[in-house]
Amino acid sequence: MIKPIERLYNGIIKENPTFVLMLGMCPTLAVTTSAINGLGMGLSTCAVLMMSNLIISLLRKFIPDRVRMPAYIVIVATFVTVVELLMQAYVRPLYNALGLFIPLIVVNCIILGRAEAYASKHSPLPSFFDGLGMGLGFTVALTLIGSFRELLGKGSVFGLQIMPKGFVPATIMIMAPGAFFVLACLTALQNKLKLGKSKVEPPEKFCSGNCGACMDGTCSIGKKEDADK
Amino acid sequence: MRYLTGFLLGLINFALLDNVVLSRFLGLCPFLGVSKKIRTAAGMGGAVVAVITLSSAITYFINRYVLIPLDLVYMRTIAFILIIAALVQTVEIIMKKKIPSLYKALGVYLPLITTNCAVLGVAIDSAQKGFGFFDTMVFSIGTAVGFLIAIVLMAGIRERIEYNKIPKAFRGMPIVLLTAGLMAIAFFGFKGVSF
Repeated sequence: MIKPIERLYNGIIKENPTFVLMLGMCPTLAVTTSAINGLGMGLSTCAVLMMSNLIISLLRKFIPDRVRMPAYIVIVATFVTVVELLMQAYVRPLYNALGLFIPLIVVNCIILGRAEAYASKHSPLPSFFDGLGMGLGFTVALTLIGSFRELLGKGSVFGLQIMPKGFVPATIMIMAPGAFFVLACLTALQNKLKLGKSKVEPPEKFCSGNCGACMDGTCSIGKKEDADK
Repeated sequence: MRYLTGFLLGLINFALLDNVVLSRFLGLCPFLGVSKKIRTAAGMGGAVVAVITLSSAITYFINRYVLIPLDLVYMRTIAFILIIAALVQTVEIIMKKKIPSLYKALGVYLPLITTNCAVLGVAIDSAQKGFGFFDTMVFSIGTAVGFLIAIVLMAGIRERIEYNKIPKAFRGMPIVLLTAGLMAIAFFGFKGVSF
C-alpha cells in the first residue's frame, strides 16, 4: 500500500507538474481566469490522465515500441473525447467556459509525458495512482492560480465576494498579461522558499514540446544546442 | 482585389491583434522552451508556419468532405491529431530526402510540433467556427506568423536578459514569464487599431 501513497505525494508536492516540472503551460495560463474554471480544467485533465495511464500500463506489453507514440495519442484522444462529450451533456457552463481547451487536453505534455515516463514501464495500479497524483497536483496548481487571479481581478474567490466594497478590481489580472504575472510571482515565491539563502541557481526547466524527453529534465533541443557549441 | 485586402487585414488581425501566444495562449511550451537563441527560435517559428499552413488545409478538407457528410464530427479530435502526427512525419521524411538544407535548419523542431497545441488548436478552432477554405487559410497563416513574431521577439529579449542582474528567485522561468506578460501588454496596444 506504500506505493500508491508515495505516487500521490510525488504528483502533488514533489514533482508538481505545474510548479516544479513546468508542463502543460497553455491550459494553466489560458483557463485560470477564475477559481472554478481552474478546478474544472484540472479535474477533467485528471480524469483523462488516470484512465490513459491505466490503459497504457495494461497494454504496455502489446504496443510495439516503434508505434508507441501514435498508439498513446489515440488512447489519450479517445478519453478526451469521452470527457468532452460528458461535459457537453452535464456541465454546460463549464464546457462553454473552457471551450477549445478541452479537446486540447490531448496535446497536454503532462499526459503524454507520464505515459512515456511512467505508465509504459510500470504495472497498472501504481500507474493509475501516478495519474491521480499528477492530475491532483495539476488541479491544485490551477485552482491556486485561478483563485489568485479571481481575487485580484474581481475581488472574489469561487464567486464569493471576499474583498471589501471599496476594492477596485485590477481587471488586468483576469486578462492575458495577468496570467503571466501571477504564475511568474508564484514560481518566484516557490524558488525563494526552496532555495532559501543557499547559493544554488534555480533550475531552468522548460518543456520544448517533446514530452517524453522532457520528463527527466533532458530536452532534445537542449542537447542539440550543446552539441552545436 | 477584395480577396487580397481581406487576406492582408486578416493576417494583421490574427498575427498582431489577437496574437496566438500572448492573447490566445496557444503554443506556450515552445514559446517558453525554445526561445533562448534567436536562431533556434526562428527555426522553430519557420517549422510551425509550414506545419500549421499544411495541416489546416488538410484538416479543412477532411472535416468538410469526410467527417461532416458521414456525421462523425465527434471524432474530430482523434482524426485531427492523427492527421497532424502523420503529416509531421511525412513532411520530415520528404524534407530529409528532397531539401536537405531546409531539413538541417528545421528538422530538429519537426518532431516537437506534433504536441504543439497551436497546430491542433487552429485546426479545431476553425472547424468549430465553421470557416470556409479562404477564411481557414487566412486564420492559420495569420496565427502561424503571429507565433513566429512572438517567439523571435522573445528570443531577442532573452538574449539581452542573459547579461542582466536579476534577483535570484526570479532567475530562469519567472523572469521569462514576466517578460511575456509585458509583451502581452504591449500587444494589447494593437487592439486600438481594430478594423
